[in-house]
Amino acid sequence: MDRSIREGWFWMNELWGIYALWYREVKVFLREKSRLVSSTINPLIWLVAFGGGLGASFSVGETTYQAFIFPGVLMLVVLFTTIFFGLYVVWDKKIDFFKEVLVSPLTRTSIFVGKMLGGCTDGLIQSGIIILFGPIFGITYTPYSLGITLLFVLLLAMGTTSLGLAIGSQMTSFEGFGLVQSLVIMPLFFLSGALYEIGNLPAWLGAVTYANPLTYIVDGMRGALLGISSFPMALDLGVALAYVVLLVAIGTISFERMT
Amino acid sequence: MIIRTFGITKKYKNLTAVDHIDLSIEEGEIFGLLGPNGAGKTTLLSMLATLLPPTEGTATVNGYDVRRDPGKIRSSIGMVFQTPSSDDILTGRENLYLHALMYGVPKEERTKRIEEALSLVDLTERAGDLVKTYSGGMRRRLELARGLLHRPKILFLDEPTLGLDPQTRQHIWDYIRRLAEEESVTIIITTHYMEEADSLCDRVAIIDHGSVKALDSPSGLKMKVGKSMIKARAERPDIDSIKRLPYVAGVSLEEGAVAITLTEAGAHLQEIISYLGVVSYVELREPTLNDVFLHITGKGIREESPQEWTEAYVRAGSG
Repeated sequence: MDRSIREGWFWMNELWGIYALWYREVKVFLREKSRLVSSTINPLIWLVAFGGGLGASFSVGETTYQAFIFPGVLMLVVLFTTIFFGLYVVWDKKIDFFKEVLVSPLTRTSIFVGKMLGGCTDGLIQSGIIILFGPIFGITYTPYSLGITLLFVLLLAMGTTSLGLAIGSQMTSFEGFGLVQSLVIMPLFFLSGALYEIGNLPAWLGAVTYANPLTYIVDGMRGALLGISSFPMALDLGVALAYVVLLVAIGTISFERMT
Repeated sequence: MIIRTFGITKKYKNLTAVDHIDLSIEEGEIFGLLGPNGAGKTTLLSMLATLLPPTEGTATVNGYDVRRDPGKIRSSIGMVFQTPSSDDILTGRENLYLHALMYGVPKEERTKRIEEALSLVDLTERAGDLVKTYSGGMRRRLELARGLLHRPKILFLDEPTLGLDPQTRQHIWDYIRRLAEEESVTIIITTHYMEEADSLCDRVAIIDHGSVKALDSPSGLKMKVGKSMIKARAERPDIDSIKRLPYVAGVSLEEGAVAITLTEAGAHLQEIISYLGVVSYVELREPTLNDVFLHITGKGIREESPQEWTEAYVRAGSG
């Protein structure tokens, strides 16, 4: 067989394999309705109770507090959905279907990409549901604002799924889950300006916030949706892209080394 | 030779799981790796399936070297794990579909092969149900069908009937025989069930502590080390003549019955009976693989918890 044909065949198979893994993740996600419901209710409670309660005595300029934190809550949804999706690879490694995947001819990179796209899709579906609730909290969409928001959601989902997969592939038990929640998700979320303006923070908090890539992602979404932003859109997008590239690379390497 | 191993060895920190094994397996045979849990069977299988790299030595599978061409080997083998490896949130058919995608089964053949595989293991009617509603035996059948979907040259079955009840076990054996016939695939099976090796395999390698202790057909193994025993009640046995027969190892009298031990298993019953005179009762016991195993290793099969098997696969994933 001609070498180029053989290589073409190889890549075709890898693509079908990636599709298979993605298909599996989405099927499973859509079939587990209770998870879908609980991860929709959670952010709505944030918006209604936290946003409504604090917003009763507090607003950001012309914008209601509920609308102000809407991009942040959107980020929270994506963060939780995708990082835990990634971490579950610990479970996959131990049982069932993943053994079958590992013994297949697919390369580790393809397995990683298939998983990553699956997690991304979960994150997109989950945040899509929250986006539908936006108008209730004073968000109005234009094609531009919706497009930019979805782009940030996608980049955030890609990067964070990769982060979860990278951590999960190196873990050997579930015991680390709580640790990841307190040391990774919570700091990333609370130190991102998701819940407050970052213009007049004390110096130490400002420094940490400026170093957090998620700060720029929230800023980009808030800029598009509400016209409130601290950085130029190009910088926000640039940081989001860097976040994806870095974490996808780390995730791929982690999968290659997964034991 | 579809599989050859050359001093293949796997060492862990303070354990040699597989110790310089040389094996040749012919195309089309059902080859058994029989040994107690922890003997190194699964480790050997994992190395042949390129899930684990050997520490020393190597093997060729379907003409490819496990060290150099793991990708090509993986396309030409099917693997059925001893613990369930189907996705229980998906239906049986969906599981097969995913497998077809991952192994590059051509698009135009997917549906046809999936339906064929389902009917081969009699799962057509339940194919649309979620796997979590399947019994253990059904799930194993589904995984057998899946292992063959991409038409592998070699099918590895790791303890295919572990944890199944005896009746289901018989069924699975029937399916494995059917697969071997209809798909003309080479089957490598690990087991610690004597009857399984005896009834399914063309050749059996007895493995203990990481090395091959004996290798032959089940009957050959029994011939080599086993002894048939005849027990009879007879009126006027000619014990002296029986003792002089070349294949008789010993004669003793037990509670009015004559017990004759033979040096080889076989068809000498007629001649012996002619020396026994009028016989009121005869019992012939053939040696079992269990006798062979006891003879070779000096002990019975060890038991091990399923948990340790899972760990073996987790380790196996590092390849």
